[in-house]
Amino acid sequence: MSLSSSFFGLKFGISERDLDRYLAEALGRGADYADLYFEYLATSSISIDESIVKSATQGVSLGVGVRVISGERTGYAYSDDLSPAKILKAAATAACIADSPSKVDTVGLTPSLQHDLYPVLRAPIDQPLEERVLLVKRADAAARAKDARVIQVQGSYADSLRHVLVATSDGKLSFDRQPMARLNVSVLAREGNGTPQQGYSGGGGRVGLDFFTGANSPEAYAEEAVRQAIVQLGAVEAPAGESVVVLGPGWPGVLLHEAVGHGLEADFNRKGTSAFSGRVGQKVASELCTVIDDGTIDSRRGSLNVDDEANPTRQNVLIENGILRGYLTDELSARLAGGRSTGSGRRENYQHIPMPRMTNTFMLSGSSTPEEIIRSVPKGIYCANFAGGQVDITSGNFVFSASESYLIEDGKLTRPVRGATLIGNGPEAMQYISMVGNDLKLDQGIGICGKEGQSVPVGVGIPTVRIDKMTVGGTAR
Amino acid sequence: MTEEQLRAAAASAVQQALALGATDAECTISDGSEFSVSVRLGEVEKLKEADSCGAGLRVLLGQKQGSSYTSDLTPEGIRQMVASAIDIARITEPDPYAGLPDATELGQLTADLGLASDLTLSTAEKIELAKRAEKAALSLDPRITNSDGASFDSHSGTRVFANSRGFLGSYRSTSCSLSAVPVAKSGDRMERDYWYSIGRDHTTLESPEHIGRVAAERVLRRLGARKIPTQQATIVLDPRVARSLVGHVFGAVTGDAIYRKSSFLLDKIDQLVAAPTVTIVDDPTIPGLFGSSPFDDEGVPGRRNLIIENGVLKTYLLHTYTARKLSLKTTGNASRGLTGSPGTGHGNLYLEAGTMTSDEILKAVGTGLFITELIGQGVNTVNGDYSRGACGLWIENGELTYPVAEVTVAGNLSEMLKNILYIGNDLEFRGSTSAPTVAIGGMTISGVQ
Repeated sequence: MSLSSSFFGLKFGISERDLDRYLAEALGRGADYADLYFEYLATSSISIDESIVKSATQGVSLGVGVRVISGERTGYAYSDDLSPAKILKAAATAACIADSPSKVDTVGLTPSLQHDLYPVLRAPIDQPLEERVLLVKRADAAARAKDARVIQVQGSYADSLRHVLVATSDGKLSFDRQPMARLNVSVLAREGNGTPQQGYSGGGGRVGLDFFTGANSPEAYAEEAVRQAIVQLGAVEAPAGESVVVLGPGWPGVLLHEAVGHGLEADFNRKGTSAFSGRVGQKVASELCTVIDDGTIDSRRGSLNVDDEANPTRQNVLIENGILRGYLTDELSARLAGGRSTGSGRRENYQHIPMPRMTNTFMLSGSSTPEEIIRSVPKGIYCANFAGGQVDITSGNFVFSASESYLIEDGKLTRPVRGATLIGNGPEAMQYISMVGNDLKLDQGIGICGKEGQSVPVGVGIPTVRIDKMTVGGTAR
Repeated sequence: MTEEQLRAAAASAVQQALALGATDAECTISDGSEFSVSVRLGEVEKLKEADSCGAGLRVLLGQKQGSSYTSDLTPEGIRQMVASAIDIARITEPDPYAGLPDATELGQLTADLGLASDLTLSTAEKIELAKRAEKAALSLDPRITNSDGASFDSHSGTRVFANSRGFLGSYRSTSCSLSAVPVAKSGDRMERDYWYSIGRDHTTLESPEHIGRVAAERVLRRLGARKIPTQQATIVLDPRVARSLVGHVFGAVTGDAIYRKSSFLLDKIDQLVAAPTVTIVDDPTIPGLFGSSPFDDEGVPGRRNLIIENGVLKTYLLHTYTARKLSLKTTGNASRGLTGSPGTGHGNLYLEAGTMTSDEILKAVGTGLFITELIGQGVNTVNGDYSRGACGLWIENGELTYPVAEVTVAGNLSEMLKNILYIGNDLEFRGSTSAPTVAIGGMTISGVQ
């Protein structure tokens, strides 16, 4: 694609001369690097509650962020107005950070190599609203029809289409059109006058509306949400204390995201503030573990053709057979380390400075069958679904909250247990993984990762795994 | 744009919506500037400065409603936002409870709430404050070996709200904060902690030396943490974490949670839901505090609401829609960003102070876990289930002893509120949700066998 035929070229008349001028202004006080991030984001959302499509929202935001790097310093400014005067002012503001004698000039821009992972011909946002309304109505009807104990159903559908242009002072130029859609169903079920219990399901990705069929149909999501709520109706108190924990495949991959993923982001490691700092080449997990962050999987929520700094995304091996292989880097951390970016520079929008972030993070399959793994546990807990997690990067302590779990007694799943938080220490917990299933599964496309106030969509995945020791935060002794 | 221009833009959006067939409309505009600088190991690391604005519109077509937003406040941008809201409202369905507040409910507080001040510091002075805070943290003890930096942030902005029932209001607010995040090391284990101060301007901030020193003290006392055995125990929440408990009560008393029957406090009005020493208030009318505002996000004046008084649940927090669903009146708790319909928000939400000092509470507790940080989302306000990761210090003979980490604390919010044993006299307003030290009995701590 050329600039003149790109979204920003066609809609806003932005030319290579303009970009060059803005970059020159950004470098005007001497700096190592500068970049521009143009973003046009259109979103829509529709929600249903009490079987009424109660509200719907649509809107657009537009802006450009200018960044200047000088050594370890970053200057940043943005404008929600694309007039040359405003962009030049933002560039001059960002340039104030620089006080180094180093001086680079802009070079001619060359389009970056990039993938074509989500060639959605017609973005959901360009489809008739009525078709999207139908998705939430179908989800609502299906959930209510499924079980008489369902007392509340909420459904929501949201999509967006983001157009991005990145131009850098070292000559990279990228354009991307990033569609996203997501459908969620949450239900509340109650038995008689008992305590209500929640169930939740959903999915999506960088997809068109035709994605929401079969296993991803509103009916399938509704059925899953109802199933989870009904299971919880019969749940007993979760155990308290150390236990063998078996994670089911798919969404429980949030373990990897919290226990190792964040700790391997290069900003923390550059500063020496991560529990994984300085440990490349060391054993940080059991030899059964190979963990990958891959931004190049077709249509996935965490995938990108090119990252937010015009570097193509790639498949990065983080841990190979238990050995730490490398960190996720952005442009700044790669420059400071004298290497190349791993294509992991991401930002929430034009108002934010990019940081090293995960894309789709998962563990490769092992050789055990899921049945073998469960059968191997005399007493423990099996976690099928999670509600999210958090990590303290520096100490390595992390938690994740199980929303659907079962007791394992004599190698069999028995009673469901209520929600409980599991806690561990990243570099330690991964050493306790003693069996890895042959059933790697990625999540359904609902992940959101927050870091320093910026949220970005991500994916996770994991096969069934056995962890010999973790602390389970229930209330039963 | 000036405040007058922003008010005119909001009023124009409402008028245009009515002209295109809306039966009611309301428009919110927010315009602001942000500045942030962080230093690390004595050098400036990041500096960010920008202005931004945005508008959001909600329209009603009879009982149907839709909304839209834009970052483009030019006349053409506003025109497109209006057309977009009307367009999307058509696909929604009639909801008999949808609508704006009655004209008689609208209004604004006239007292000066002290929301805005002059942010007069130069960039160099802001950098200097951050450097001083970090230096104070790094110089306290040789075990503080690293830093995740220190930051000075400031924001100033104008909020405008207009609706088709005759409301037009606006107010300006400012805030700034200074924080430090030192890292300490012992053996091969590292810990990080922070301290911060927030004010309407820099003159009300704690000194950089104080912020750095408190951050350093907090991180040092985490070094050498152990796990403890699984047991039942009393926990004592430091004010910085006790706030979260007040936040969970808020989540359970919003009208949205109540009409959807998804709250552990459903149908509990006038019942004892907490220890008789517990009084929780939401009050957006207190001058100078961070949760104050002259009107809520539907143009209803803020007021003091007693949520729990002496342990008894007195009110839910409502905006117009949830009030109508529950056959009640709005409590002035509408809150919205620029997108979508109003949800429930709060002003200054706090647990009233008790009479004991935090030391007296430790003495009275004797043995238990003093918690300085809670992590994770394991709180379910539908059924009250509570299970979160914790770290802090073990209390023995009424004194803080060794640090504890990598444990969870679990219980159920219904019982936790009733098991509140002691409330401290150390309430400070450091943001819009505040609480003093709180001791809760009967919690399950999960650790080692």
